[in-house]
Amino acid sequence: MWGILGRRAVVNGGISASSLRSRVRSSSVSARSYAAAGSKEMTVRDALNSAIDEEMSADPKVFVMGEEVGQYQGAYKITKGLLEKYGPERVYDTPITEAGFTGIGVGAAYAGLKPVVEFMTFNFSMQAIDHIINSAAKSNYMSAGQINVPIVFRGPNGAAAGVGAQHSQCYAAWYASVPGLKVLAPYSAEDARGLLKAAIRDPDPVVFLENELLYGESFPISEEALDSSFCLPIGKAKIEREGKDVTITTFSKMVGFALKAAEKLAEEGISAEVINLRSIRPLDRATINASVRKTSRLVTVEEGFPQHGVCAEICASVVEESFSYLDAPVERIAGADVPMPYAANLERLALPQVEDIVRAAKRACFRSK
Amino acid sequence: MAIWFARSRNIVSSLRHNLNLSGILSKRDYSPRPAFTNSQLSSRSVFLDSITSLRHESTAVEKQHDLVQQSDEEDVQELDFPGGKLGYTSEMKFIPESSPKRVPCYRVLDEDGRIISDSDFIPVSEQLAVRMYEQMATLQVMDHIFYEAQRQGRISFFITTVGEEAVNIASAAALSPDDVVLPQYREPGVLLWRGFTLQEFANQCFGNKADHGKGRQMPVHYGSNRYNYFTVSSPIATQLPQAAGVGYSLKMEKKNACAVTFIGDGGTSEGDFHAGLNFAAVMEAPVVFICRNNGWAISTHISEQFRSDGIVVKGQAYGIRSIRVDGNDALAVYSAVRSAREMAVTEQRPVLIEAMTYRVGHHSTSDDSTKYRAADEIQYWKMSRNPVNRFKKWVEDNGWWSEEDESKLRSNARKQLLQAIQASEKWDKPPLTELFSDVYDVKTKNLEEQELGLRELVEKQPQDYPPGFHI
Repeated sequence: MWGILGRRAVVNGGISASSLRSRVRSSSVSARSYAAAGSKEMTVRDALNSAIDEEMSADPKVFVMGEEVGQYQGAYKITKGLLEKYGPERVYDTPITEAGFTGIGVGAAYAGLKPVVEFMTFNFSMQAIDHIINSAAKSNYMSAGQINVPIVFRGPNGAAAGVGAQHSQCYAAWYASVPGLKVLAPYSAEDARGLLKAAIRDPDPVVFLENELLYGESFPISEEALDSSFCLPIGKAKIEREGKDVTITTFSKMVGFALKAAEKLAEEGISAEVINLRSIRPLDRATINASVRKTSRLVTVEEGFPQHGVCAEICASVVEESFSYLDAPVERIAGADVPMPYAANLERLALPQVEDIVRAAKRACFRSK
Repeated sequence: MAIWFARSRNIVSSLRHNLNLSGILSKRDYSPRPAFTNSQLSSRSVFLDSITSLRHESTAVEKQHDLVQQSDEEDVQELDFPGGKLGYTSEMKFIPESSPKRVPCYRVLDEDGRIISDSDFIPVSEQLAVRMYEQMATLQVMDHIFYEAQRQGRISFFITTVGEEAVNIASAAALSPDDVVLPQYREPGVLLWRGFTLQEFANQCFGNKADHGKGRQMPVHYGSNRYNYFTVSSPIATQLPQAAGVGYSLKMEKKNACAVTFIGDGGTSEGDFHAGLNFAAVMEAPVVFICRNNGWAISTHISEQFRSDGIVVKGQAYGIRSIRVDGNDALAVYSAVRSAREMAVTEQRPVLIEAMTYRVGHHSTSDDSTKYRAADEIQYWKMSRNPVNRFKKWVEDNGWWSEEDESKLRSNARKQLLQAIQASEKWDKPPLTELFSDVYDVKTKNLEEQELGLRELVEKQPQDYPPGFHI
């Protein structure tokens, strides 16, 4: 895992892994001016682990299922320690069949249990997508409320580092287009804890999109967030950094990039407001539009493919609802419209970088009436 | 068969493997017992006797390793591999793609409705037998009238169960009401047995406001929380791994119930069949898988669907106990399902039942099966191999049913159905409030906004909406 972060760091211009970590830490502390100043820090991995642990402890119907979640402690160690604590019935190591264990999870949810199904990456969820869409998402509606599916599908989503096309796709737009699903994308440790706990408690099927490169990142975490009853509302975005000149919306790993871009923009006198979407479906159009009505400019960022992406939806929403407030065309920054290449230089070119966000914000700011 | 005896006794060991694959009938005593002893194996004539004795005797389910231990001297030494010890052989022998004999079919009633002597079956009381027959006949009437209603354009679509009434009703009768049923789409008889009324069936087909499904699904996609019957879902075989999940849930909650799921012969080609059976076996989940092998998957005949000896042989490949039963024999189906259910619950294991039957009707009202099969094939099965007539003969022979009962039942059922359809047709469709509900447990804000917007639009522009359009 650290090897991957190390490579990513090289890609970002030869910074060492540890200094990259500390950079992110310091920038996120300064950006989050209104967050509770906790002296504690937590990695996203520990945040997810503690969330699952607490929810399993609170509700005996919650159980975890996936490849390598038990004995191996989790492919990314998110489920570390759970097998020892809860036993093999509640931390279930599955054979390699995404269609199989997803179907089983849906069936178990139909019958009243609360499965937390892990996909090693969401790329592999393609092999199970019928169960997710045609069974999990639509059952409550098709059965007129007789069959509800309190299931959580979680796992790493989007690009990692040097893993190629079949391990790098972002599925936020795909899942978020389906009514019946809720789609969440945490960024910080607090997001990870609060949103995963909310997802497990929610009676609807939730797709929980994590990010492999964020697992090892540490974030400050408040006492409130460490409490076992802590929960974040689904459908509410978070303003990570307030600003008045341009609104930058994004989710997951790109939030960190947007915050860095905001720092750079601040040096040039542009005050950027960074919105961490947290919830892709339902999308917090109210917060986004309120922000755009304040700043008059929108830059929307995502890692995934540009066509029919999350950014496209946000742009449409803003143009529909806040057209007369816009002083510049809406800007979309997304991944390149190619399957992800492997070579490190090509991979870097295929993904949004901090500089791309800065340039887009500047474009939006210098196009005035 | 003669070729086998010309060779050395290595043939015996390979044939034994074949017989193992072809499956053995199980008596109600399920303790594993070896079928052959060493002394029997050395003699050819005794071997012949053993083959013939298989036909008439029920032998217990045997474990593979029992046979290996009693096999020839060369297999005494063992090899250690992940998964356990194996005997070995220096003779290179491929397991043949098929057994010389197909797995026999468990049957209790002959075609004339008479119990075959020395049959192994669970007795059925008069009350139960009469109820089973009544429901089978009602199912026939229901199929006929709804099919006609579709042809008249009163409902958009229908799937009949013609020819498979015994599988539907006898299996339902063998289950407990707590057993959770995950159907494919040709098992409304199970729901009928459990108490779903003809009016409720009609409401679902017409998608009116009284439909428990709130008009959300096509006809025949019935479901009922109350009767533990999961709403029919169109994609094929998805219910199989879901049944394993339901079984796992019942196992974790230590309930005295199992999951029961149905699939057709065609559905076993789906990847989910593999996942469902494999998982149920590994999880030791109490699931009964019932495969209705009715010969046709729309226009695909079973010879184009798989090359194995049907479905029953696949059970052992997953480590699942299996049986092949005459699906048109209500008593055999009842016994097999009842036994399977007990095994699943008390031993916490999956069981596979292949019910051999025939799809007399078309695949659905969107199909005309005379385009791909002979009309006289259909006629043959409809008239000479009819499961309802066969069971009727047995019930009548016992003095439990008369022609008067028959005409009364059929005319009553017909009348009820026609009334139900007339009523369903007249009732309103679900109101607009049901368009946006149940997407989530609690309506999200964007859905509330959309509903409000649509309501305002309908009020402002009533001319764009049909008269009597319900909000």
